[in-house]
Amino acid sequence: MTQPITAALARQFGLNDAEYDRVLAILGRTPTLTELGIFSVMWSEHCSYKSSRVHLRELPTKAPWVIHGPGENAGVVDIGDGLAAIFKMESHNHPSFIEPYQGAATGVGGILRDVFTMGARPIANLNALRFGRPENPVTRRVVDGVVRGIGGYGNCVGVPTVGGEVNFHAAYDGNPLVNAMTVGIARTDAIFLSAAAGIGNPVVYVGSKTGRDGIHGATMASAEFDANSDEKRPTVQVGDPFTEKLLIEACLELMATDAIVAIQDMGAAGLTSSSVEMAGKGGVGIELDLDAVPQREAAMTAYEMMLSESQERMLMVLKPERQAMAQKIFEKWELDFAVIGHLTDTGRIVVRHRGELQADIELAPLADQAPLYSRPYTEPVKAAPLALPADPVGILPALETLIGCPDLCSRAWIWNQYDTTVGGQTVRRPGTADAAIVRLEDTDKALALTTDCTPRYCAADPETGGAQAVAEAWRNITATGATPLAVTDNLNFGNPEKPAIMGQIVAAIRGMAASCRALDFPVVSGNVSLYNETQGTAILPTPAIGGLGVIEPASRAVGLAPAAGHELVLLGETRGHLGRSLWLREIIGQEVGAPPPVDLAAERRTGDFVRGRIAAGAIAACHDVSDGGLLVAVAEMALGGHVGVTLLPAPDDIAPHAFWFGEDQARYIAATGDASGLLAQAAASGIPARRMGRASGDHLTLADGATISLSRLRERHESFFAAWMNP
Amino acid sequence: MKICGWLTSSAVAAGLVGATPGGNEAPSGALRPRPGLHLHLPTVIQYDPNPIGRERVKAAIVIFPGTNRERDMAIALRGATGQRPAMVWHQETVLPPVDLVVIPGGFSHGDYLRCGAMAAQSPVMPAIRAFAARGGHVLGVCNGFQILTEAGLLPGALLRNAGLRFVSQDCFLRVERADTAFTRHYQRGQVFRAPLAHGDGNYFADPETLNALEAEGRVAFRYATPDGAVTLQSNPNGSIDSIAGIYSENFRVLGLMPHPEDLVDPLMGGTDGKPLFEGVAAALAA
Repeated sequence: MTQPITAALARQFGLNDAEYDRVLAILGRTPTLTELGIFSVMWSEHCSYKSSRVHLRELPTKAPWVIHGPGENAGVVDIGDGLAAIFKMESHNHPSFIEPYQGAATGVGGILRDVFTMGARPIANLNALRFGRPENPVTRRVVDGVVRGIGGYGNCVGVPTVGGEVNFHAAYDGNPLVNAMTVGIARTDAIFLSAAAGIGNPVVYVGSKTGRDGIHGATMASAEFDANSDEKRPTVQVGDPFTEKLLIEACLELMATDAIVAIQDMGAAGLTSSSVEMAGKGGVGIELDLDAVPQREAAMTAYEMMLSESQERMLMVLKPERQAMAQKIFEKWELDFAVIGHLTDTGRIVVRHRGELQADIELAPLADQAPLYSRPYTEPVKAAPLALPADPVGILPALETLIGCPDLCSRAWIWNQYDTTVGGQTVRRPGTADAAIVRLEDTDKALALTTDCTPRYCAADPETGGAQAVAEAWRNITATGATPLAVTDNLNFGNPEKPAIMGQIVAAIRGMAASCRALDFPVVSGNVSLYNETQGTAILPTPAIGGLGVIEPASRAVGLAPAAGHELVLLGETRGHLGRSLWLREIIGQEVGAPPPVDLAAERRTGDFVRGRIAAGAIAACHDVSDGGLLVAVAEMALGGHVGVTLLPAPDDIAPHAFWFGEDQARYIAATGDASGLLAQAAASGIPARRMGRASGDHLTLADGATISLSRLRERHESFFAAWMNP
Repeated sequence: MKICGWLTSSAVAAGLVGATPGGNEAPSGALRPRPGLHLHLPTVIQYDPNPIGRERVKAAIVIFPGTNRERDMAIALRGATGQRPAMVWHQETVLPPVDLVVIPGGFSHGDYLRCGAMAAQSPVMPAIRAFAARGGHVLGVCNGFQILTEAGLLPGALLRNAGLRFVSQDCFLRVERADTAFTRHYQRGQVFRAPLAHGDGNYFADPETLNALEAEGRVAFRYATPDGAVTLQSNPNGSIDSIAGIYSENFRVLGLMPHPEDLVDPLMGGTDGKPLFEGVAAALAA
């Protein structure tokens, strides 16, 4: 292949003219095709974070319990007793639109590798999904493919999918979001990092063979879609969860020995990013002989092998004296094992293929001189507050509409396709608590896990929306009784070269940072997905948050379902904020107004009180008040507990629909056998609290006598997906 | 909701419940498997009810590439037998001296080709066949059930779920007979809850085989409602006659699709699956 290397070709590879000039300056000559490929993927938005890096620095990343923050394959937090939780969330948005099943499946595979490459056994998967309008004909196919893909991969590798969130909005019509999160467990003294060391040590390739799939996936993930995006289908990788399962077991078996010096998965930009990052972090050089790379297809070029994103592959640096032992383990698991190079003291990456030099690049400038943009941005204009609209339908009719709408209806159709119990440690399955609870085998400790974001708030006010996403994750963990420890983030935005979009990014990060600080909830890992636009239309700003907390003993975790006889107590202040609420959207048909303000001090105070009361055994079940407001939260508790609720009157100083459907933050509904005691404790702690009603019977009944049966409510709640998918 | 309990007499009267496998009366009503079938059941081996000596039960879990519920199974077996089961890699050709061999769930060989088909050709399978032929007890759950059918140790086959989707949810299993090693701690007609998680759990067998299974009382469990009624709605995957699990001719090989091993701890939401493991442990320790 003799293709003239020019600035025009570089542009096709996603490098602008200034970036290409820098490549020429670093090399002092024209790059080879392979070298151009290496520069283009390493300097892509996906790998270099060139538009977001300067702003990401604002996020707090440290706490006494943080072992490794951003910069490693995944974040690591100390959860006590010599154990660490290792977790990260990552997007696979662009591939999932082009080919929903494989896009979502390989998203799960990729994030699993990020976690087990650090020595952790994956114990839970979660996801955060955004789709277009249900009435858009494409959406059903995308939802079906994504759900099948997530299940197809996660079920096969034997990691339970325990939680997630789903939204529908027109802004995702041409650009769905698939954010996948994996959580794993390792011993704190057995965490594996990616910095290569030991001149002369062998560089070993393990896992699947390399094919031509996914070449330039990282570049694709760094560009907008146009009408011809379907033609990009060959850039989507194909997943093989069976091989991933073998790879997990083989790697963990090898990690129980002292053979590994460094290890990294071959994710985006495959062999290029793994070799460049491992050598770069270790301050060494690396020499690769591509003839040794296990190949699935004939006559692959160096360029193709360096850029391939074939799945289920890892790169390791081994101690030479352990190489034979390591090879035996991978042979047992029937996986390829090939020494494809060694470390050098040159500080360069040198790639040879068929006896010819294909690349020879100094590593330091490839990393240090990677583009870093402080892109121009305009501060988002915050939406004006909403004047209180009249209630055109009444309370229970609105509840019926809301509880059945796509954003609030039961997600059982989705999670019933995910194996939620494999591993035998799932204490709280999807839908039974505000956060999933997964016990750690052979301990009395459990993790509380959640994913959260409210994009419609972010669209109205990215800073408040960013703060709210973090606060809601913290609240969901708190509502189970667990202590929130840290978050991973997945920042999904449009084209950062547009100042308005860049403004959303900057403001959302600012809001997240404030929330993380106030709640002692640092960011330990994350992923940025930009250019989520199709034909010039951007998605809603969607900074998805994956939260992790810990609880011990695991039996102390509470779910959201009350039992007959419990009283419901509202904790936190209700003002009746209807701006950007689901009531406003579903009943009035408007998406206007400011989102509910986030009072971080109140959030902290109320949450700490709730957690303390759960620990004291004073709260039997708990649910945070979020999308849809108070009455939706009560209805969800009633449905979960299979018990009716008789409610007390709403206060006089708030319009009834604002009281029942307002989305004020920092609120929880607690179910308790001793409401008076809880109210007294709340008063003593300065927490606004209010008796809501009592759980009994099989109807949800308002103080004025209006009533709806649980069976009717359940039918409304559970009908959307089945009817939509099987018309 | 009462989840694990006794059948009401009204369910029996309504003909929703099959006949006693140990008796000779034909099942009536909705469950009648084949018209005019006369059931003649072999005598089932009686076990010493002495539950002491559990620690003597030695169990092995066979692991294939792609097996993924071996840890769940190990927890359930350890709880019931008091000792860790041996883990046997599929390349082994000799089994350790054990009383019980368990093939757990997962996606052996990725479920590529056909679920369980490649695992049935594994080097370990002749040893398992010989163990079963000697009267050894074998339990296959989910993919383990698929492997046992592919290996010919149990009749029939497991097809794609009728809904053509992976199904992961709790189901309710009606115990069709309580006089086997696996079910002696349940009561006949008792309903217990178990999670299921599979894409290919739709049990199928030809009429002749089905007749034989019913005639010999070899249906172990049927999908049912919490009250023990076998209905179209209670069948999650389209299995013929709502069959969730079956025995071999000597009742010592059991295959079932749901996962009792995932419900043996109150913390995980219940202990409905525990009697199966405690029962087999007690039976074999005797």
